Amino acid sequence: MQFGIFSVGDVTPDPTTGRTPTERERIKAMVAIALKAEEVGLDVFATGEHHNPPFVPSSPTTMLGYIAARTEKLVLSTSTTLITTNDPVKIAEDFAMLQHLADGRVDLMMGRGNTGPVYPWFGQDIREGINLAVENYALLRRLWREDVVTWEGKFRTPLQGFTSTPRPLDDVPPFVWHGSIRSPEIAEQAAYYGDGFFHNNIFWPADHTRRMVELYRSRYAHYGHGTAEQAIVGLGGHVFMRKNSQDAVREFRPYFNDAPVYGHGPSLEDFTDQTPLTVGSPQQVVEKTLAFREYAGDYQRQLFLIDHAGLPLKTVLEQLDMLGEDVVPVLRAEFAKGRAAEVPDAPTHASLLAAAQGVSKEETAV
Amino acid sequence: MKLVVVSAGLSVPSSTRLLADRLAAEVDRKAAVDIQIVELRELAVEIAHHLTNGFPGRKLADALDAVTGADGLIVVTPVFSASYSGLFKSFFDVLEKDALAGKPVLVAATGGSARHSLVLEHAMRPLFAYLRAVVVPTAVYAASEDWGAEGLAARVERAAGELAVLMSGLSAQRPPVPKPLAGGFEVVPFEQRLNALRG
Repeated sequence: MQFGIFSVGDVTPDPTTGRTPTERERIKAMVAIALKAEEVGLDVFATGEHHNPPFVPSSPTTMLGYIAARTEKLVLSTSTTLITTNDPVKIAEDFAMLQHLADGRVDLMMGRGNTGPVYPWFGQDIREGINLAVENYALLRRLWREDVVTWEGKFRTPLQGFTSTPRPLDDVPPFVWHGSIRSPEIAEQAAYYGDGFFHNNIFWPADHTRRMVELYRSRYAHYGHGTAEQAIVGLGGHVFMRKNSQDAVREFRPYFNDAPVYGHGPSLEDFTDQTPLTVGSPQQVVEKTLAFREYAGDYQRQLFLIDHAGLPLKTVLEQLDMLGEDVVPVLRAEFAKGRAAEVPDAPTHASLLAAAQGVSKEETAV
Repeated sequence: MKLVVVSAGLSVPSSTRLLADRLAAEVDRKAAVDIQIVELRELAVEIAHHLTNGFPGRKLADALDAVTGADGLIVVTPVFSASYSGLFKSFFDVLEKDALAGKPVLVAATGGSARHSLVLEHAMRPLFAYLRAVVVPTAVYAASEDWGAEGLAARVERAAGELAVLMSGLSAQRPPVPKPLAGGFEVVPFEQRLNALRG
């Protein structure tokens, strides 16, 4: 099972000091957080993609390429890559390029994006969101799998004899996750292709997550990629920790109360009760995270949100120390217990390459 | 048949709830209904949190499910600033957009004087028309003075009769609900979606 972090990349004033980091500080902080994630033994770093303030990560592969050069093992991913407003041709090129530079330590998560104005800024219409995700992704798959593509569709100019370069590393496209909070169409899309399905999980009651994962798993089996239990599931998590849980609550409360998305709404106590948020000791984080399995089944990837709402870099790095020392080692051991043997790990470049070579050997034998 | 009564009265007891109960009792006399009352006052905080968080608390989720699953609705609001109250509107703002499609709804309102009675025609009826509900022809307004005058009982009886007839007719003709997939979702098979774009 993989453990990692995902960042929204928001530039938010620290409510305890009133100070807003510069964009440069925030970008450098995201890099420092990614490097620390590798140092403490996490497996994945994923960055969001946004095209409006107060967010900085508009250019994920630039950032991930830089991180790739300074890490050895970390898998670089996105949360999410906008399959609706990006040109699928550019996604194909950017992520194949990143694969080569990162020696295959790359996957990505497709998302639609819910910021209305971004669609027209990129020449699209939010009402076509699902159709854009369907058509653009179908083209992206072909661009990675066919050397020469001739294509015509509804949303972008036709392609005649187009070759996306560079070709994917070892001719193995990066593994793709599809992220959606409440669109069954996207769970269906992930299942149809046998891709991974990621549920943000955080900020919402568990029941939403349970229903979407259940749909994805049953459709994954329906399309013949394996049993429902073998479907590739990822979940988000949302934590703030201190050794003493009272200290965690006291320190996090001002950030919670002012946070984008959920701030100025429910109390911290109600929100921890109703959503996956844990504010407390590492042991409490372990317990709550292990319980995700009860509604999502044995899953493959757990990403934590730890760097939002104006939390200072120093604090975030301390969170990573605790994740690496006190949380993830326990989760690895506990999640392994009772895990059915046929439940696969999350695909990596190495596993996909081995599978592709296995297939071509079989073909040769016939 | 399931009748759900949504009352946005704020005082306890409230004349809005009183009118709601009168209407519900009259429908109950005319048709076999199970009645469930949704008091928005008790859900006010959860409604506000739903607006800011995007998901309902437990009590509100139950109320939204009840309204969505009803065969007919009675909805009653006090008149505030020449329209339905903000609490009343907010409840229907957080309901799923197709939840009332084709559902018979009796609209009613209370106010301090009869001068606001056209709130039913100029605010309530368009709101429920937008939500694609079937609004019964008679809407019932009760000003303070109506509680001591003739006429209210007759309007209550006529409106309740119209709702009972619509509920019986529409619930008899409702098509069978298709069996949902896992997670309770209905899904268009992916090939179908892909092919629609290729067409």
